[in-house]
Amino acid sequence: MLTILFDGVAYGMLLFVLACGLAVTLGLMNFVNLAHGAFAMAGGYVSALMLNRWGVPFVATLPFAFIIPAAIGLVLERTLYVHLYGRSHLDQVLFSIGLVFMSVAAVDYAFGSQQQFIRLPAWLQGRVEIAGVQVGLYRSFIIAICAVLVIAIQLVLTKTRFGSRLRAAVDDPRVARGLGINVNGIFAATFAVGSGLAGLGGALGAEILGLDPSFPLKFMIYFLIVVTVGGTSGIVGPFVASLILGIADVAGKYYVPAFGAFVIYTLMIVVLVLRPQGLFARAR
Amino acid sequence: MTAALETIGLKKRFGGLTATDDVTFRLEKGARHALIGPNGAGKTTFINLLTGVLAPSGGTVLLEGADITRLPPDARVRRGLARTFQINQLFPALTPLETIGLAVSERLGGGWHWWRSLGTRRPIMAEIEAVAERFGLTDILGERTATLPYGKQRLLEIAVAFASKPRVLLLDEPAAGVPEAERADLLAAVAALPREVSVLLIEHDMDLVFSFAERISVLVNGALFTEGTVEEVSTDPRVRAVYLGEAEH
Amino acid sequence: MPAEAGSRSPVEAGLRHRPRWRWQETVFWILAFGSFFLTSDKHLLVSEIAILALFALSLDLILGYAGIVSLGHAAFLGLGAYVAGLLAKHGAGEPLLGLVAAAAAAALAGFATSFLVLRGADLTRLMVTLGVALVFGEIANQAAWLTGGADGLQGITMGPVLGLFEFDIFGRTAHAYTLVVLFILFLLARRVVHSPFGLSIMAIRDNPLRARAVGVPVNRRLVAIYTMAAAYAGVAGALLAQTTQFVSLDVLEFHRSADLILVLVIGGAGYLYGGLIGAVVFKLLQDAFATLTPQYWLFWIGLILVVLVLVGRERISLHAHGVLGRIFGRLGLPGRRVAPLAGGEPRP
Repeated sequence: MLTILFDGVAYGMLLFVLACGLAVTLGLMNFVNLAHGAFAMAGGYVSALMLNRWGVPFVATLPFAFIIPAAIGLVLERTLYVHLYGRSHLDQVLFSIGLVFMSVAAVDYAFGSQQQFIRLPAWLQGRVEIAGVQVGLYRSFIIAICAVLVIAIQLVLTKTRFGSRLRAAVDDPRVARGLGINVNGIFAATFAVGSGLAGLGGALGAEILGLDPSFPLKFMIYFLIVVTVGGTSGIVGPFVASLILGIADVAGKYYVPAFGAFVIYTLMIVVLVLRPQGLFARAR
Repeated sequence: MTAALETIGLKKRFGGLTATDDVTFRLEKGARHALIGPNGAGKTTFINLLTGVLAPSGGTVLLEGADITRLPPDARVRRGLARTFQINQLFPALTPLETIGLAVSERLGGGWHWWRSLGTRRPIMAEIEAVAERFGLTDILGERTATLPYGKQRLLEIAVAFASKPRVLLLDEPAAGVPEAERADLLAAVAALPREVSVLLIEHDMDLVFSFAERISVLVNGALFTEGTVEEVSTDPRVRAVYLGEAEH
Repeated sequence: MPAEAGSRSPVEAGLRHRPRWRWQETVFWILAFGSFFLTSDKHLLVSEIAILALFALSLDLILGYAGIVSLGHAAFLGLGAYVAGLLAKHGAGEPLLGLVAAAAAAALAGFATSFLVLRGADLTRLMVTLGVALVFGEIANQAAWLTGGADGLQGITMGPVLGLFEFDIFGRTAHAYTLVVLFILFLLARRVVHSPFGLSIMAIRDNPLRARAVGVPVNRRLVAIYTMAAAYAGVAGALLAQTTQFVSLDVLEFHRSADLILVLVIGGAGYLYGGLIGAVVFKLLQDAFATLTPQYWLFWIGLILVVLVLVGRERISLHAHGVLGRIFGRLGLPGRRVAPLAGGEPRP
């Protein structure tokens, strides 16, 4: 029981790191980026390739799994995404689906359609028993990293000058520009960090979620659930939603496999219809 | 005699803010009644409560004696309560012809007809023609609404409401933003509305109010401040004070 | 007032302008049916096009006419396909019966889920429809005893159409059958969108607030058109199952819904022919690319989507002509002699 809870928490934490970039772009920049999962996939592949082809230790690949997707995100934001701020959500959805399709086919072309495996170092394998609960070492590692990230993100958004500038830029870009805030730069940086986090999540999650070219499509719906259920007015909502989703998914697959993802999708629809602004957001 | 439109103790609160404060109001049959009040007095909220766009927090709305408080907006229209909007609410891609035709066909219960087009229904076409003529829209019936001059759009705004053959018509600042050159047509159309239609005019423009209305109600802070004939209200020093106090902006 | 015989009032002329049958339409359908004689080796391709066109027509009804965006229209396609497939598998092989049953089932599902899309902004509707399609996909996947699950529904044997026309391996019957069904349903849709009901649907798309204020019961009309569109998609699914004699989970997949929007983007939404023209272009492109790099077709779809959005198409919620609509002229688009609304313009 507790093991399932523990696995669920690890899964949820991972989902949060994967999805929080989406929560930020959607909630703060009002941009529907369905291609978010493509950045996660990029991170996963960076890690897998460095590990499997060049023998770089897994942990050492993680910074690159952040930096490379972030760089790709930065370039795409500056060249493509920037033209789509302020366009209709349908336009943004079509555009980002297009990117997803391209990334899926491109990765398939470059690396083949098979699963990529990331072999964990010995010290992250296996389970230990703590107070009678079977605890996976790797999942503990994920929880630790993700917890640090969650706290860091929350602090950056609420306590730093960057956070307050970002909020100002979102509230009213014109006024923010008038105050001398580099709105475009802030959006680009935010987008890049969000993409980088997704990439890091992709690398960390490759072992648990699996990694193949269809990754962005397969997990798109999970990211959307996190964002819709959690709301987009902060990161606490998505965080709680991630944990619930993670625990529910793991427990659901364990106890009632016949229901599959059915319950989760239904839950999303119900939340969307009843509270379009998210379960944890205050009504505007 | 039953009033054309009546509210009893109508209230609307948004959170802590009271936008409509216990308004009891009568619009007599055939009335030419104006509702005035400074900015933020709650005129638009009041209209939205009358038409069902907003649900009241309390109180009753009666249309010719029948309780319509819980009816959705479209049902109120079918019962004879139509409105115009302060900011044009038209169908940009449709023509005035289709817009008026839609209103007529919905009133006649033809909105579910899915086989024969409007162009085969003589009674509807005759009505469209009459409405278009009354509002001087005959020449531009086939244009796209989005491309019409603003004054014509304003006229269409009233024409659509009129095409629903209302017994009560709410005009929300019909002359707002109309350029001087097109104003006369609009005022004439408003003045020529038939007597069997009871009209409540919500207006800022005092010239229009004084030329059109026979009675005036003044709304301040969501509550009815005073009501009387044009003579009484225009000479009421308290009304002047309210308006002068607000006139700075 | 009695109108004089022979002469039409401007009102009548104006109202008859939009529904008028145009010569381009005659040409279009002559070409469509002419394909039967021209392409002896392309029967299967044409029937695929006809099915996609019907599916796109269905989406156009809600997206182009009613302004409801959907990322999950495949739900109804898939439902129709499974219903028709299951019927045939269990002995009821008459294709027309399958069409009716699929339409009824999809209409029922459309009716039930339409209440979910009545309110909410575009984004909410996109996600709700996506969610509905996912739920349907999951049900089909889990109910493997019924649907065959991931292996697909096998063992479908179709009877002859109307008891007369046997399906053949060249797809001649499929070709004629799908085209005729498309044509009949197109005519029906054409009637509907030009009726007072259709007018009210377009009015809702343009301005729901005002539509209510002229007495249109907005929600009930949206439920009606959504239900109708679902039935159309169900028929498209049934055609798919009957002509291929196979149904797999693929009919419910996300890419079906996404492709469909692309079809409408290519052809243009809001004038019925958009879906048909889009389907032709889409399938021909797919056919061409498939011979080059079959498994990377997805890449080219993605590229087309990205480029179309970036170069600035007219927003399809504003029912513009789309890329080819403009080339083909104003086919069936009266009352739109002038530039679309500001904001609907292609951006530089």
